[in-house]
Amino acid sequence: MGADWTSIPWVSAIVAPIDYLAFLVRVVVGSWDPRRTWARFIAQLSVHGAGAIPVVIITSVFIGLTTAVQTTYQLMGVVPKYFVGMGVGRLVLIELAPVLTGFIVAGRSASAIAAELGAMRVSEQIDALEVMGVDPYRYLCLPRVLATCIGLPVLVVVTEVVAIFTALIIAEMMLDVPASVFTYGVTHFFMLRDFTGGIVKSVLFGLLIGTSGCYYGFNVHGGAEAVGRAATRAVVLSAVLILLVDFVIALVFFKT
Amino acid sequence: MIRVEEVSKRFRDYTVLDRVSFEIPDGKTTVILGPSGVGKTVLLKIMAGLLAPDAGRVYHDGNRIHFGRFADPRAETGGLGYVFQGGALFDSLTVAENVALVLEETTRLSRAEVRSRVSEALRRVGMAEHAELYPRALSGGMTRLVAIARALVAEPRCVFYDEPTTGLDPAIRERVSTMIRELREQRTRLQVVVTHDLDAARLLADSTYMLRAGKLVRADNVRKEDYEQAYA
Repeated sequence: MGADWTSIPWVSAIVAPIDYLAFLVRVVVGSWDPRRTWARFIAQLSVHGAGAIPVVIITSVFIGLTTAVQTTYQLMGVVPKYFVGMGVGRLVLIELAPVLTGFIVAGRSASAIAAELGAMRVSEQIDALEVMGVDPYRYLCLPRVLATCIGLPVLVVVTEVVAIFTALIIAEMMLDVPASVFTYGVTHFFMLRDFTGGIVKSVLFGLLIGTSGCYYGFNVHGGAEAVGRAATRAVVLSAVLILLVDFVIALVFFKT
Repeated sequence: MIRVEEVSKRFRDYTVLDRVSFEIPDGKTTVILGPSGVGKTVLLKIMAGLLAPDAGRVYHDGNRIHFGRFADPRAETGGLGYVFQGGALFDSLTVAENVALVLEETTRLSRAEVRSRVSEALRRVGMAEHAELYPRALSGGMTRLVAIARALVAEPRCVFYDEPTTGLDPAIRERVSTMIRELREQRTRLQVVVTHDLDAARLLADSTYMLRAGKLVRADNVRKEDYEQAYA
């Protein structure tokens, strides 16, 4: 009979990332079955994608307002006014929209997925799937992970459009930057790489958010308290991994 | 046939199973008896491939069961029926959808065939008129009946029952016992029942084991006094 080595902190610190990666591979590669996944994927996309649109729009408005004010504060009097449009556009496309939308979806979806699957684990519903011969990774995890992977880039585009449009309005109305000048700054300095880099990031963020939620939900042991702990950990792990991947993508896409 | 070899399991310092070995033949109903907390459910879950033992092996028809994330229990067990003590019904699905799920996900039956088999399974447990209810609207006894329908609808070769009659009113308890007995009489399925109820064990079992201090001992004709004495 072996001891539970994973209860030793330094062993756990080594084992946990490997276990998470194995889980990710199991979900994405080991349970691929589009025919049986499609309907549940659409249902999850509605929850984790469409369901997040209102909060994403509200957040985007404030991202646009704040970014316009801050950029104007930094640049006004130093460079021509159209640099405000450039600054807002590139900042939103490259960094703010993917990362902040990622945080919102992490807070909303990673916790919800972890809590839902955790409750299913506690009430033996996941065990029931396993004994029936229904792969729980395919039935439960794959649709959720795909939904966050596909849903997040769409939400990021929504954020980008709403934030830049809101920035344009406040720039015109309060910051003494005419709309035509602001638009010139956004469009003239637009680079496709900025946009694609942000979208690639958001797909990866979606993958991490979905798998973090599923991973902690699947690994719940105990009762209601453990479910709450899993939800918290899923959000924390998602947020940390978002920042980590953001740095790696910055190196790959944007290092000069 | 299910063969359990030298299976051990402990939780922290508490040894639940200590090198347990036994065999369950096809077509027979085996009862594992013991009071709450002795490890009956742990043993049942290990036999079903749901819980990895610390040591030992489990075989279904000679196939060794593997545990872990990349294992494929269905390929090794051939698919099981398992009646969980709490039912473990999917709360986002109706009663009919709960019963249909295993057929939809593991077979290529047409929708009409699935509907027909689900109706038949629910009729057998007396729950046909509740097919469109969600689990939250069911009593504990009704939940257990739906769980039995779900476990049997795919006609699995092995059916495991975790305390199938515990906490039920007399009428439903009798109905559940009768169903397990009828399946026993058919001799086509291997059934394993874990229970703390000696009367239920006598009623249902072809063979009986008692789990005590991590060891499994044969107890086919155990008397009530001996059973109570064993755990005193």
